[in-house]
Amino acid sequence: MRPYWAVFGARFRTLLQYRAAALAGCGTQLFFGLIVVMVYQAFYRSTRASQPMTYAEVVTYVWLAQAMLGLILFGADHDVSEMIRSGAVAYELARPIDLYSLWYFRAVALRTGPVLLRMIPIGLVAGLCFGLGPPASSACAGMWALATVGSVLFGSAVATVMTISLLWTISGDGINRLLAAAMFICSGVIVPLPFFPDWVQPVLHALPFRGMADTPFRVYLGHIPVERAGLAVAHQLAWTLGLILFGRWLLRRAVRRLVIQGG
Amino acid sequence: MNAVHLYVEYLAIAFRGQMQYRTSFVMLALGQFLVNGIEILGVWALFARFRSLEGWRLEEVALFYGLVNVSLGIAGVVAGGFDKFAALVKSGEFDRMLLRPRSTALQIAARQFEFRRTGRMLQGLMVLVWAGAALDVSWSTGRLGLVILAILGGAALFYGLFVLQATLAFWTTETLELMNAITYGGCEAGRYPLSIYRAWLRRFFTFIVPLACVSYFPAMAILGRDDPVLGSPMWFRWLSPAVGVLFLVASLQIWRLGVRHYHSTGS
Repeated sequence: MRPYWAVFGARFRTLLQYRAAALAGCGTQLFFGLIVVMVYQAFYRSTRASQPMTYAEVVTYVWLAQAMLGLILFGADHDVSEMIRSGAVAYELARPIDLYSLWYFRAVALRTGPVLLRMIPIGLVAGLCFGLGPPASSACAGMWALATVGSVLFGSAVATVMTISLLWTISGDGINRLLAAAMFICSGVIVPLPFFPDWVQPVLHALPFRGMADTPFRVYLGHIPVERAGLAVAHQLAWTLGLILFGRWLLRRAVRRLVIQGG
Repeated sequence: MNAVHLYVEYLAIAFRGQMQYRTSFVMLALGQFLVNGIEILGVWALFARFRSLEGWRLEEVALFYGLVNVSLGIAGVVAGGFDKFAALVKSGEFDRMLLRPRSTALQIAARQFEFRRTGRMLQGLMVLVWAGAALDVSWSTGRLGLVILAILGGAALFYGLFVLQATLAFWTTETLELMNAITYGGCEAGRYPLSIYRAWLRRFFTFIVPLACVSYFPAMAILGRDDPVLGSPMWFRWLSPAVGVLFLVASLQIWRLGVRHYHSTGS
């Protein structure tokens, strides 16, 4: 395991270097969050009918999404896709370590580094000034932490499959974007999933993408009760395991037919 | 060759160039179309739950959504040079542009066109057409003309924001994500009528970055609605898109100031 942790550590530390960019990013996200919160405020002013979530819950959901946006980052690893384009990916194959694990740990680092930098300032400002509430209970907080780890593991598994798909065709970039679009809306980042019409709910529930955002956020709110949170996390982990196995199989096939163009 | 001719020539070359990789082009444009198009699904879901937004119906909000997305879509395609400008300062390549016998603004403007980014414009256009059909508005030539003027004014305004973003690079060398907040935050905010927001945000997007002049005011004129929140007179709503063009002109003046301030990074 040592080399993989080293890859994770090195990449994590690199990403932590961009502190000024992270600070500017926090400003951007606070601004976006404020706009979205005002839109919900106007919607709640316009109705008396009961809604699937209370206004306070939605506000907390929105701020969690802004603070954790980096976790929900979709798409292939940009550096690896450059390597594939330039042919430098041959060096990756020459390394005496497991390629899948290498790329997977890179993906995990890519998600956690920037988020740690942004989560704390955004969480503090939004918590003190803009209505980000505390977790519903300490049990909810614990389950939320677990579900967030699950979200990172799942998101990294998806991203690694996307990265591997680039070994087939670089214009796979387009397909990856289509997939990202579908995942974006099914994860709850655009609109909290409970707001979608009742007839779409079973589909959203069966798909794995709610594990990226909706599950951790609603566990935090207690909107998914603690006793059901375990099941939600199991759903995340089962899909993660499936995707890792699929990714490994895909990579084995890709490597077998890979042609490196000399240069 | 005059400046306009040169610009059109560059535009044609870039278009032919990007069309060489047709599959990749179609996939990327389609990807962008869907990534942006998915947002309207969110708006639709919220309207399905809440029915109305402070008295606004979905098709009215779709008009705002369409206007701002088409405007930003056009600017995103043609302002690629300014959007990616910081890289030129960092690499020192801007020095070379200063030697050429054309204005720097023209060279940057004609340097890069992102035709792949037509996706946002197309999805905005689709929403706009749907809104036009669903709205209970009689589409006179005047109203249609105002839609086009609002789009052009909006594109000019967003182009101005890209120019300002590039100008900042003279001082910071880096592209600041801060400007993204205003450009894309403006698009986010402009999807809904400005009257629903709190006063500070309304004022920001009216007096500092006059987004209201290219979306809110013309849309109110088209819808023939009263404007109790901002109290704009009717004649102003018809003229307001011109403010977008003024914003672009002002941005280009600031750009010239920036060029005068420029020190090469020496790389």
